[in-house]
Amino acid sequence: MQNYFSLFQLPQQFDIDLALLNTNYRVIQTESHPDRFVTATSAKKLSSMQIATTANEAYQTLKNPANRAIYLLKLQNIDAISETNTVLPATFLMQQMEWRETLEDAKQAKDINALNLLLSEMRAETARLQANLVDVFDKKHDLIAATDATRKLIFIDKVCADVSKSIATLEDNL
Amino acid sequence: MAYSDKVLDHYENPRNVGSLDKNDPQVGTGMVGAPACGDVMKLMIKVNDDGIIEDAKFKTYGCGSAIASSSLVTEWLKGKTVDEAYAIKNSAIAEELALPPVKIHCSVLAEDAIKAAVADIKAKQLAAAQAA
Repeated sequence: MQNYFSLFQLPQQFDIDLALLNTNYRVIQTESHPDRFVTATSAKKLSSMQIATTANEAYQTLKNPANRAIYLLKLQNIDAISETNTVLPATFLMQQMEWRETLEDAKQAKDINALNLLLSEMRAETARLQANLVDVFDKKHDLIAATDATRKLIFIDKVCADVSKSIATLEDNL
Repeated sequence: MAYSDKVLDHYENPRNVGSLDKNDPQVGTGMVGAPACGDVMKLMIKVNDDGIIEDAKFKTYGCGSAIASSSLVTEWLKGKTVDEAYAIKNSAIAEELALPPVKIHCSVLAEDAIKAAVADIKAKQLAAAQAA
């Protein structure tokens, strides 16, 4: 069965060639572009549209590291974002609390420097987690560790997005 | 999506926000998180020598339903025994707050926070009993 990785002729692993992903995505988009099917049968029109939609969904999934990790786990029948699994390492949750508190304080104080500092700290952690994901997914094939790291990455992405949003809001009001 | 009046009330006037001394042997801490929405919840309970929960505080970063769920349980917990607390079900929280299906996981988070806090205080009590 074809999956998102084989669709773009990529190996099914966390560490993928993003340039190749972009290139192969564009090839599929061009081949399935509606303009090429103006005079085609309605069946052909429909199937090209389905290919374009799937390719877009696949691209969005593989491009983003957290989504790619969630998808890799899903292919192994593991639901990383299960709503009934709320247990995470206490130290990690404590760190989340601290980041959230720093974000709240900096937002209230309208302190852009503090927010930028927080963002760079979190980006460093994101890079560390992604390196860890390459290790556990592609080298060790340790799905338990991979699930753990994936869940952490999803959390950090959310806080990162909130920090970026706060920075943007403050800058708009300068 | 519209929040129910009860959710809004807890969201706008959250009860028992804050922390207790985590090093206090009578205080149990429960921390849980939901990766799907990035919510984090910390619940602390203070249990007296009779096993009754005297005080409860929470700190939640998340959506209105997650804040309301944790605020509500801090009210429910006070005066209960730890075993009664452990028996609180997320369905009761969801029903009280009239949570829509997509927000049920917020009540699951609150139930799990209670269980984690109770487990923590029991572990502390056990450690103290063994040390004595």
